[in-house]
Amino acid sequence: MGGYQVISIVLSILVLIGIKLMSSPKTARQGNALSALAMLLAIISIMLYNEVLTVPLLWAGIAVGGTIGCILAYKVKMIQMPQMVALLNGLGGGASLFVVLVEISNNLTYMAVFSKVSGLLALMVGGITLSGSLIAAGKLDRKIPQKPVSLPGDKVISALIMIAFAVLIVLSAICSNLTLLAIAIITALISLIYGVMFAMRVGGGDMPITISLLNSFSGLAASISGLTIGDPLLVSVGAIVGASGLILTQIMCRAMNRSLLDVLNGAARKKKTVSNNETTTSHEVRVIEEKINIKAPKAPRIKSVEEIIDEAKKIIIVPGYGMAVAQAQNQVKTLFDLLESKGKEVNFAIHPVAGRMPGHMNVLLAEVDISYDKLKEMDEINDKFKETDVVIVIGASDVVNPAANTAEGTPIYGMPVLNTEEAKHVIVFNLDDKPGYSGVDNALYTMEHVQLITGNASETVNEFNLKIAK
Amino acid sequence: MNPWILIVIFVVASYLGYKIIKEIPTLLHTPLMSGSNAISGVTILGSLVSTAFAVSLGSKIIGFIAIVFATINLLGGFLVTDRMLKMFNKN
Repeated sequence: MGGYQVISIVLSILVLIGIKLMSSPKTARQGNALSALAMLLAIISIMLYNEVLTVPLLWAGIAVGGTIGCILAYKVKMIQMPQMVALLNGLGGGASLFVVLVEISNNLTYMAVFSKVSGLLALMVGGITLSGSLIAAGKLDRKIPQKPVSLPGDKVISALIMIAFAVLIVLSAICSNLTLLAIAIITALISLIYGVMFAMRVGGGDMPITISLLNSFSGLAASISGLTIGDPLLVSVGAIVGASGLILTQIMCRAMNRSLLDVLNGAARKKKTVSNNETTTSHEVRVIEEKINIKAPKAPRIKSVEEIIDEAKKIIIVPGYGMAVAQAQNQVKTLFDLLESKGKEVNFAIHPVAGRMPGHMNVLLAEVDISYDKLKEMDEINDKFKETDVVIVIGASDVVNPAANTAEGTPIYGMPVLNTEEAKHVIVFNLDDKPGYSGVDNALYTMEHVQLITGNASETVNEFNLKIAK
Repeated sequence: MNPWILIVIFVVASYLGYKIIKEIPTLLHTPLMSGSNAISGVTILGSLVSTAFAVSLGSKIIGFIAIVFATINLLGGFLVTDRMLKMFNKN
C-alpha cells in the first residue's frame, strides 16, 4: 500500500469521527471543524503527492471559489438554508461532472473499461445533481414557480433518456477511444436535461425529499468519479455523504408518508396532488406579497384564550413552515419567554418535515435563541400531549391533522402526526382554515377544544402576546 | 488502483457512514446536511490533479470551473455549518 492510500484511510476515519461528533450539539462544532481539517490535509497531501503545488491555475481556482464560498456562507439567512444547501449540492455534483470530463479528455487513449463506464455513470449522476439542484434552489428561492411543471410526454421522454443512458454506457465500453469524448459530452448534456425535468416536476412541499436525495447524489457523484480517477479518498468520503443523504431521504419519506420507491415513481409520473400543490403555493406567495386582513380571533367558546393560558401549567408549542413563511420566529420567542416567565413548563414539538429541509425548524428556532433542549422530536414528545394543558400550533397543518390516523384513503392516512388533539386545549394560529399541502381538511379545526386564530402569524402571535402579557 | 479495492472501499465507507449517521438526532439534520454537503466537495482532489495535468485549453477551463465549484462547495458548506452550529451552542 502506498503512502497516499494510508493517508486516504486516515483522513476518511477523521471525516467519520467528525460526523460522529455531530451527534450532539455540544460537540458538533468541533466535528465540523475536524471534517474541514481533514479536507484541508487531503488537499495539501494530494498536491504534494502529485507535485502540483506550484501550478498557478489551481490556486486561482481556489481563490475564486473560496471568495464566493465565504460570501455565500456569511450572507445567507437561516430561512434560505434549503436553497443554499441545494445550490451547494449542485456545485458539488457539477464539480464531479467537470472533473470526469477533464479526466476523460486527458486520458482518452489509455482508459480502461472500468474507468470509462464509471466515468459515464459519474457524468450522469453529476449532471442530474447539477441541473436538478439549481432548479430546486431556484424553486426554493421563488425565482422559479414552485408548482410542478412537466412536459407533455414527460414519461416517454424519461423512458427514452433511460434507454439512451444504457446505450451510451454500452457504447463507451466498446467504442474506440477517440469517440469516447463525444459520448461523454452527449451523456453530460442529456443528464443536465434530465436533471431539469426531474426537478421541475417536483412541487415546493416535496422539497425536503428532493434536496435530501440530491444531497445523496452529490456524494455519490463524487464517489463514482473517484472510481474513474482511481482515488480512494474520493470514493470513501463520497460514499459517506451518499449514505448520509440516503438516510435523510428515508426519514423524510417516512415522515411524509411515502416510500422511496413511491417518490422515485411519483416523480417519474405526474403526481396526483398537482392541484393541491398549486393551492399551497398560492397561499404561501400571498403571505409574502400582500398583507393579510387579520380576522378577529373567533369568539371564545367557553373560556377566553387568556383564561386558558392563565390556568395552564404545561404548554407545548408546535411550529410549522407557516411560522417561517410569516417570519414569526421572534414573536414565537417572545411568546415562549412570556409563558416561561409566568412559571409554565413550555416545550416545542418538532415534526420531522416541519420546514423545507430536514431539521430546518430547529435551526430557525436556534437562531432566535431558543435552547435546543426545549426542542423535542416527535417520538420523544408524542405521548406527552395527553398530560398537556395547552398546545399552541403556529403555521402547521398536515403534521397535526388527526385525520392521518382515521381518514383511510386520503394522502395523509398513516402518516405519523403530532397528537395535539389529546391536549386539554389547542390554540391554532394559521393563515386560514383551508387544508394544508396534502389537501386533506384538518379535522382539528372543528373540534370542541380547539380555537383557530387566522391571519399572518407574525401579527396574530404578536397580538396574542400583548393580550396574555396583561 | 485496482477497481475491486475501490469497490470494496465504496461498500465499507457507505456502511460505516450509514451506521454513524443514523445516530444523529433530527435536531441537527440541517447542519448535518450542509456539513456532509461540504465534505462532498472532496471532488476538489480530483479536480486539482486533473486540471494540473490538463493539456488542451478546453480541459484547463473546465478543470478551473471544477475547482471553483468544489471550493465554493467546501468552504461555503463548512462555514455555513459552523454558523449554524454556533447558534445551537451559544454558552
